[in-house]
Amino acid sequence: MSLSGAQVMLECLRREGVAHVFGYPGGSVLPIYDALYDCHDIMHVLVRHEQGAAHMADGYARATGKVGVCLATSGPGATNLVTGIANAYMDSIPMVAITGQVRTTAIGKDAFQEADITGITIPVTKHNFLVKDAADLPRTFAEAFHVARTGRPGPVLVDMPLDVSQQRIEWSGDQYPQKVDMPSYRPTTRGHEVQIKRAAAAIAQAARPVLYVGGGAISSGAQAEVTELAERTNILVTTTLLGKGAISEAHPLCMGMLGMHGTAYANHAVHNCDLLIAIGARFDDRVTGKVDRFAPGARVIHIDIDPAEIGKVRQPEIPIVGDVKTVLQVLLKHVEPRPAGEWNEQIEEWRQRFPLVYPRDGGLYTEAIIEHIGEATEWKAVMATDVGQHQMWAAQYFRTRAPRQWITSGGLGTMGYGLPAAIGAQFARPDERVVCLSGDGSFQMCTQELMTASIYGLPLIVCISNNRSLGMVRQWQEMFYHERYSHVDLEQSPDFVKLAEAYNCIGYRVTTLEEFRAAFSAALEQTNRPVVIDCSVTGAENVFPMIPSGQTVNEMRMHTRLEELRSAPNADPEGWSYDEEDQKLSQIVDAGHGGARKEN
Amino acid sequence: MALTLSGPSSVQGQQHIITVLVENHPGVLARVSGLFARRGYNIESLTVSITENPDVSRMTIVVGGDELVLEQITKQLNKLIEVMRVVDYTEFAAVERELALIKVNAEPRDRAEIMQIVEVFRARIIDMGERAFIIEVTGGTDKIDKIRDLLAPHGIREMVRTGVIAMARGSRTA
Ligand SMILES: Cc1cc2nc3c(=O)[nH]c(=O)nc-3n(C[C@H](O)[C@H](O)[C@H](O)COP(=O)(O)OP(=O)(O)OC[C@H]3O[C@@H](n4cnc5c(N)ncnc54)[C@H](O)[C@@H]3O)c2cc1C
Ligand SMILES: Cc1ncc(C[n+]2csc(CCOP(=O)(O)OP(=O)(O)O)c2C)c(N)n1
Repeated sequence: MSLSGAQVMLECLRREGVAHVFGYPGGSVLPIYDALYDCHDIMHVLVRHEQGAAHMADGYARATGKVGVCLATSGPGATNLVTGIANAYMDSIPMVAITGQVRTTAIGKDAFQEADITGITIPVTKHNFLVKDAADLPRTFAEAFHVARTGRPGPVLVDMPLDVSQQRIEWSGDQYPQKVDMPSYRPTTRGHEVQIKRAAAAIAQAARPVLYVGGGAISSGAQAEVTELAERTNILVTTTLLGKGAISEAHPLCMGMLGMHGTAYANHAVHNCDLLIAIGARFDDRVTGKVDRFAPGARVIHIDIDPAEIGKVRQPEIPIVGDVKTVLQVLLKHVEPRPAGEWNEQIEEWRQRFPLVYPRDGGLYTEAIIEHIGEATEWKAVMATDVGQHQMWAAQYFRTRAPRQWITSGGLGTMGYGLPAAIGAQFARPDERVVCLSGDGSFQMCTQELMTASIYGLPLIVCISNNRSLGMVRQWQEMFYHERYSHVDLEQSPDFVKLAEAYNCIGYRVTTLEEFRAAFSAALEQTNRPVVIDCSVTGAENVFPMIPSGQTVNEMRMHTRLEELRSAPNADPEGWSYDEEDQKLSQIVDAGHGGARKEN
Repeated sequence: MALTLSGPSSVQGQQHIITVLVENHPGVLARVSGLFARRGYNIESLTVSITENPDVSRMTIVVGGDELVLEQITKQLNKLIEVMRVVDYTEFAAVERELALIKVNAEPRDRAEIMQIVEVFRARIIDMGERAFIIEVTGGTDKIDKIRDLLAPHGIREMVRTGVIAMARGSRTA
């Protein structure tokens, strides 16, 4: 059978089990869109801006563990993807981005809508390909998906010139490689047994150990192993922003997030620990602050699939290169049970002394909104956030129960990510409730994707934490720039309710917590229409605790009203319980999606 | 193909000669050199050429930095999909060579002295103009620096160096 390159490409996507492609057409991808016209098994989602397509593919990948796919035309279409690709790269998210390119004969001639997208994306992709002959398509796509999903996951870009998409080749169906073998790319997944045994011995010896768990545990699908390790040894766990869900945050051994806006008790625990067990975490500067004062007295065990992460920031005593799940399974064979001791009590004391607080005075605080979203959805909602204060509050107050339930932009911190990522997640998990928490600033960066959500009838709930400012930047100006509020005022914003309606979504504006609760429960009734809730929150609030950039726990700033608020009732609300359902939930997710990368 | 990028010559820490075997694909040089620029590593020189295997190119990179920097460089290079192998020649016996062409002023009264320098360094004069010679010299970087310094008083009009290439001694291969 003779097929066009574009049709061959679709065959390749089929072989990779791709069900959704997020894209936007244009001249150089016309053959691909022509092939899509006859394609009924792969759903193409028409976005409103290519950045949205990339973030949707990213959100889809985070929600499932599968490779997200986006598609754009050459030139501006391709460059519009770049932010989304960089975002996925920073957070190690598996993605294949397909771009059109001008004809091979026109490349390098400044042809209409030519952009050197493989050149542009070298620094932000795990790898990229420029296809010059349709006969290379099967191998290229097999390699692209293989590289994206294995080892340390990441985005891969495939650039397809127009003439390659048009070129006809003979397709028998068995050209697609059964197995990919790339001699120069063979990630190590099984940790070194000797080092693993040393790690077990170090755990047995430690008096004040802490588990520091990151995004690698999520991409590895290792919630069960992380939880088992914590429970068997009674070692408390702190997660990074991207590790949220690696253990249920309702688990009594979970201290929540560490770092700049992490909980004080997690930061105190890390600062004072004598053994730091880093699992799929990369010692980011938002976590470490001043590197040489981070866990200063600790021996370090570092488990990471990327050898370059080991020793990049902190030299570990026990390096283990390998896949988190695989390594922990071996480690668990060597680790002995260990009772909770004084150290656990010390951390509990910190937890009591330095709880997360906000004024529970019935005012509309973003923290209260987040807790309500959790409670109203029994902490089952998939939560996608934008970037800023609301994101940090969500990190603190949204108690993620399962992996892949928490979707946020960590490394790049991309405002505008939340809405399209939520859309991607909703396509991936149609039967689950997806909520997007955004800010009045962030929301305006990809608002146009409301149209995508509404056309496809997604029952998304978008809550805008509207503090009438670029709150996070405002906070920094208040704290570090002498309250010189320079260009952070968003008093002039569109009417978000009307805007929602203009996109054929439902819009509510709420000014009290009561109103929010009512609007949210109305939103939960929706099954095929997005709802936008514009929440006019108490403005000029700051996120605490905060360790200022490059500093240490000693400089951590606590909530200015900590003393008074700590004793307020409801400091530990209902719904904060860890039950059997938690365990089941995580296992379902692990088996269903998280294991997708395990086949290599 | 032999390409030389010449970076800043003030390199902190030790100098390392690393050999990088890469798949012979277009664009692979951009990936490697871009990595150095992006991560702020100091390249002293970088040469690329074909090898005994037409599918493989060989880059020799002279780079400065301490052990930790070098370890990161090696690991980051290994992450590039098209990089097959990275070898640090600082660790074991290797021969290293560089070739330079130096165009030096050669007034009649200076010629004897220049020719003597050339002799001592086992260099060669490959072009003799009325007022200038082109001298070809191969050797380690030190040797070339040395002859350059000796010729400098005569006035060096132009100099080009290939950058270092290296090979392990004995039967060992990269
Ligand atoms: C406004 C703002 C504030 C922030 N504040 C904080 C903060 O207070 N605290 C905080 O934690 N973060 C914060 N962040 C996020 C921060 O910037 C980093 O993105 C985050 O800390 C990195 O998380 P991670 O260490 O888990 O690494 P990730 O970026 O998730 O990297 C995962 C690591 O795991 C490895 N890995 C991947 N797969 C596997 C596998 N299968 N097996 C083994 N290893 C694997 C990778 O090689 C990598 O090293 C903030 C971000 C923003 C935008
Ligand atoms: C694309 C992009 N531009 C700029 C920034 C810098 N930045 C970080 S947080 C922030 C303010 C976010 O404001 P908003 O979305 O309203 O959230 P809030 O902090 O008020 O909750 C800005 C401008 C960014 N992270 N991303």
